[in-house]
Amino acid sequence: MAVYLLRRLLQSALVMLAMSVIVFIGVYAIGDPVEILISPDADQMERERAIKALGLDLPLWMQYLSFLGNALRGDLGRSFVFNEPALQLILQRMPATLELAFGAMFIALLIGLPLGLYAGLKPNSTGSKLVMAGSILGFSLPTFWVGLMLIMVFAVQLGWLPSTGRGPTVEVLGLRWSFLTWDGLRHLAMPALNLALFKISLVIRLTRAGVRETMLMDYVKFARAKGLSPARVTYVHVFKNILIPVVTVVGLELGSTIAFSVVTESVFAWPGMGKLIIDSINVLDRPVIVAYLMIIVLMFITINLLVDLAYSALDPRVRLENK
Amino acid sequence: MSASTAETAVPPAKAPKVETPFRRFVSEFCESKLALVGLIVFAIIVFIAVFAPFLSPQNPYDLAQLDIMDGRLEPGTRDGADTMTYWLGTDDQGRDMLSGIMYGLRISLMVGAGSAIIACAVGASLGLLAAYAGGRTDTVIMRLVDLQLSFPTILAALMILAFLGKGIFNVVIALVIVEWAYYARTVRGTALVERRREYIEAAQCLALPTRRVIFRHLLPNCLPPLIVVATMQIARAIALEATLSFLGLGVPITEPSLGLLISNGYEYMLSGKYWISFYPGIALLVTIVSINLVGDQMRDVLNPRLKK
Repeated sequence: MAVYLLRRLLQSALVMLAMSVIVFIGVYAIGDPVEILISPDADQMERERAIKALGLDLPLWMQYLSFLGNALRGDLGRSFVFNEPALQLILQRMPATLELAFGAMFIALLIGLPLGLYAGLKPNSTGSKLVMAGSILGFSLPTFWVGLMLIMVFAVQLGWLPSTGRGPTVEVLGLRWSFLTWDGLRHLAMPALNLALFKISLVIRLTRAGVRETMLMDYVKFARAKGLSPARVTYVHVFKNILIPVVTVVGLELGSTIAFSVVTESVFAWPGMGKLIIDSINVLDRPVIVAYLMIIVLMFITINLLVDLAYSALDPRVRLENK
Repeated sequence: MSASTAETAVPPAKAPKVETPFRRFVSEFCESKLALVGLIVFAIIVFIAVFAPFLSPQNPYDLAQLDIMDGRLEPGTRDGADTMTYWLGTDDQGRDMLSGIMYGLRISLMVGAGSAIIACAVGASLGLLAAYAGGRTDTVIMRLVDLQLSFPTILAALMILAFLGKGIFNVVIALVIVEWAYYARTVRGTALVERRREYIEAAQCLALPTRRVIFRHLLPNCLPPLIVVATMQIARAIALEATLSFLGLGVPITEPSLGLLISNGYEYMLSGKYWISFYPGIALLVTIVSINLVGDQMRDVLNPRLKK
């Protein structure tokens, strides 16, 4: 186990290093930040001073090494636009994104579980066919367009919910959260629902498949034979067992939810990491792009590593295969 | 494309003469009315996209035909010179939305299908190679696939476009890079089973060149799952392109795809001018759903495990 752990950690570190090279070269080798950042009216002296201040006069590999050295100390450069450390800029916006992602996950379970349970228990009823058709639609609908339509209906036509922004926030544990106020919740509702759309379909399908499989199990037959009420069989024996795989998958989807929040945040002007990265790409604010990508890569490598480790701890076959 | 060949063969109703695998496939495909509707809708969409210059009331790229005074007109309004009706309204430039959607479909389908075909060629070749060569080649290719699939597609595409910048060609490159892994994994799975069959052994005994064994003997037998994945991936590619264009990272503003049309309408949404975003979105949705319906049915028909 220790050897496996070490190998897996080393692999992750290598991937991280490779990604850092790709990201750095990709972002720094294409285009010229000087053109964008320095006013075209500036004279030669001013230009050279600015280039020196930004470290853009050094050869690319020197820039990379200093970038790597700094990155290991947690310094991913300063934003050209905000003139603040890029890492800090992103971390400031992370709570907003996490709030949105967790809100979406919560909604996905809240809506997806009951519908999936219903579709699994009564697979041939009209209602469950509607649910399944709806879930296909959920997979097919382009997220950003649904977001626009939500704004059109609930903000413009009905005027029930605010269309953009995050609303007032409350500071808890040093971070600002908006779900603790009523107005903040109203701001959160639409973006979270929009982001949840895809996951709702996923949860419905997983739950339905799980229910149909579990209903055939011996322990369910036994529980029925014992004379337990159908409600008790459903909610205790079946539901508890399908919850494990569903929650596992939903947990694994957290990473992709955070990635997809790029779209939702742009639609609803939600001040999170995703909106920051899109804005930064549009003005070529390279340190922020690099920092964002590195943080996301780190996050995904960590998630994948944890999943692999958990699997190998639970399932000896995985460990043997990797020997 | 398999969808269009199947479409031309649809009008059967004549007594089937000999049961070829293709005929069987067509008749089984037609068992689902919904899939048939999807196929017909998709055929119509392709027709509209291909013949957009002849069908559309206006050339949306020809600035001489646009009148800025006609900007943001409601659906069904006549134009200033009273020569045509804007059935779906106009955008901020005074461009007829119906024409814009027809031309947008062209770009969306071209990018979607183009990237899917290239990704399929790249992915399938690598997948076949991995399965056929085995050993270290297999490990290296599949590690790459794992790495690719562990990142969400939208993020990987975003990253590539952040490097390359906007442009139709760059979007295609980005879509190919994020999609090839799906094909590689699918093909490798089938090819691993197929390469142990006798006909491969026979081909090897005949001392045929490896390339010929792979592409003429192994590939045709790995096609069914590949076709299904390719169909689904076209829909995904179209959706992804629309999303990237909406974010301002996809196609350039001079050649708007459906995603960019929707994005253009975003700022007018809040003042109640819904049609600039609404109708391109419907076109996008119908396209994606019709492809998914066809793909779904193809998967059911071509999956040997679901055979009665």
